[in-house]
Amino acid sequence: MSAVAVLIDHDRGVPSGGALEALTAARSLASDLNTDLVAVILGDGDLFDAHGADLVAACADYGAAVVHCGRHSFLADYGPDAWGTALAMFVEAAGPVAVVAAGTDRGAEAIAQLAARTDLPLVANCVNVSPASSLADAPSGPAGGDAWHITRIQWGGSLLEDVTLTSTLPLLTIAQHSIEAEPCEGGPVPAAVADFEPDLGPEVQQTLVRDRVTLAEGVTLSTAPVVVSGGRGVGSADGFAPLEELADLLGGRVGCSRAVTNNGWRSHADQVGQTGTRIAPEIYIACGISGAIQHWVGAMGSKNILAINIDPEANMVTKAGYAVIADLHEVVPAICDEIRRRRDRPS
Amino acid sequence: MRILVCVKRVPAVGSRINVTDDGQQVDTAHLGFTTSPHEECAVEEAAQIVEQLDGDEHAVVVLTLGPEASTEQLRYAASVGGNEFALVMAEGGLDWDPQRTAVAITSAVRELEAAGGQFDLILFGNESADGGNFQVGIRVAHALGRPIVNGIKGIDPHERGFTARRETDAGYEVYELEAPCALGVKEGINLPRYPTMKGRLASRKAQIQVLDCTADVDAGGQSRVRLHRPPERASTTVQLGDSAAAAPAVVDLLDELGVL
Ligand SMILES: Cc1cc2nc3c(=O)[nH]c(=O)nc-3n(C[C@H](O)[C@H](O)[C@H](O)COP(=O)(O)OP(=O)(O)OC[C@H]3O[C@@H](n4cnc5c(N)ncnc54)[C@H](O)[C@@H]3O)c2cc1C
Repeated sequence: MSAVAVLIDHDRGVPSGGALEALTAARSLASDLNTDLVAVILGDGDLFDAHGADLVAACADYGAAVVHCGRHSFLADYGPDAWGTALAMFVEAAGPVAVVAAGTDRGAEAIAQLAARTDLPLVANCVNVSPASSLADAPSGPAGGDAWHITRIQWGGSLLEDVTLTSTLPLLTIAQHSIEAEPCEGGPVPAAVADFEPDLGPEVQQTLVRDRVTLAEGVTLSTAPVVVSGGRGVGSADGFAPLEELADLLGGRVGCSRAVTNNGWRSHADQVGQTGTRIAPEIYIACGISGAIQHWVGAMGSKNILAINIDPEANMVTKAGYAVIADLHEVVPAICDEIRRRRDRPS
Repeated sequence: MRILVCVKRVPAVGSRINVTDDGQQVDTAHLGFTTSPHEECAVEEAAQIVEQLDGDEHAVVVLTLGPEASTEQLRYAASVGGNEFALVMAEGGLDWDPQRTAVAITSAVRELEAAGGQFDLILFGNESADGGNFQVGIRVAHALGRPIVNGIKGIDPHERGFTARRETDAGYEVYELEAPCALGVKEGINLPRYPTMKGRLASRKAQIQVLDCTADVDAGGQSRVRLHRPPERASTTVQLGDSAAAAPAVVDLLDELGVL
């Protein structure tokens, strides 16, 4: 049977974390369908020269049997039209049984461009996918016909929606952080590489990235191992100084709630939540944040949560694994002091 | 310049979202409604762009698809900078699948453009707060043959089109689109204004054009079975203290987790 294809969204040769999660989800889908997993990577000659081997090896680690490399000079950098058109040409030529992408900005956008071009339905932010029982020979699929049964997130994850999908070619994105990226057990089997050259017209150039500005170096909010966030309880822009200090000491980043961005205390780029960033640190330290559902859905991917709040009944406190019930303005500086004290102590 | 902004009416949910017994909708018995946040920012952005221009031939046109009650969101838009308003009448439309929604909006845009001229820019929210299907704007733009970039957090108009900024983890990317084009906007692009006295007055007087173009629009391939709440993450909270004296216990925890 034809394969399950995963679009690997990457930034100039570096795959997104979501792409590895999507590969992991698609691998189990391919196994339900008793077929191969293949990956699609788009780039130009220079990009493949510099990163092709690493990208192919990463896909093989996650179980891709074939990596389809779409090469064109218009694919040197990202552009939704270029990616959507190239993807549509891949689909036309290779005839996959399903196309999967990460629910990242690029993954979601490129596959929506594919959906628009093919007029096929697209189910966004899936957390559970059961193929049509007529396709899967695994008995696990729900009984009944040609519809796929899918659970997806709504409201940024506050609610789940069960849907049926009836389509000649299911298009899916995988909700970020809904699955842990896991390489194949037993080590990789080398993947075959298949090049293709999509026929891209100059019209796709209009939406190519023209320029970029780098504001932050190093760890970012979505990849930081530690995120120290402040909410309305911090009280002011200046009130974030001790949180900055704690984040610096731990090699982490500062985040915030929407109450904070609405007050203009911090840039929206720091906002955690449904309309901000989804984070997945080893530990999330939430200071003076009540834990509204729209904030929680951005934070719930964290492995551990420490809430610092004066209100023991706050949602953030009751949902967190750890809590300190006290004024953040006293607790946060004390934590910084304690860290410095231990580091200064001769061992 | 004419800018069209497509907005969605969504329930103003609190700390917990309840679902109706039949699992088909969010239970809004005790809830108000609001404009989905990305789109609220899109209206503000359009208003700011138009207000910077000389002359009075410019307009911010606001469109929504939904039941008659969605006029509430159009009237709100009127109070914060919108000039013309169109309701694509669709009872139950708030729960339509994204393909069906896109087809109906596309024909509504064609109707508006036939009467009032081409839109230089069409703004969508990056995704709606409720359904979050991440595709309606892209489908509409494609059907109209216009380029679109999603995730936009900055727009600068210039002679031939628009410079748009998209936030990334490390900074932002810059796109250059020629008009006519479309953009999917994200919250954070601006801080939406609050309605002024004058705005409230304008909202009461706003004329709303009702478009009836959804009769032949077929359902798409995605169909709702039911909505439900995710299982709550069972948690027992370990309290590390109730004062600054908890600091050593916190640092022990950080050490244990290997982040120190
Ligand atoms: C569609 C939609 C999308 C949204 N998206 C987001 C989003 O992406 N991110 C987001 O964060 N919100 C989002 N919101 C807003 C969200 O509903 C809340 O309003 C917001 O998260 C509240 O922020 P907060 O917790 O900082 O403020 P509050 O709810 O006011 O909580 C402040 C907390 O600080 C505590 N506190 C006060 N003083 C101290 C002190 N000295 N020491 C310790 N604790 C103290 C209080 O006990 C309280 O728990 C969204 C809302 C909607 C409708």
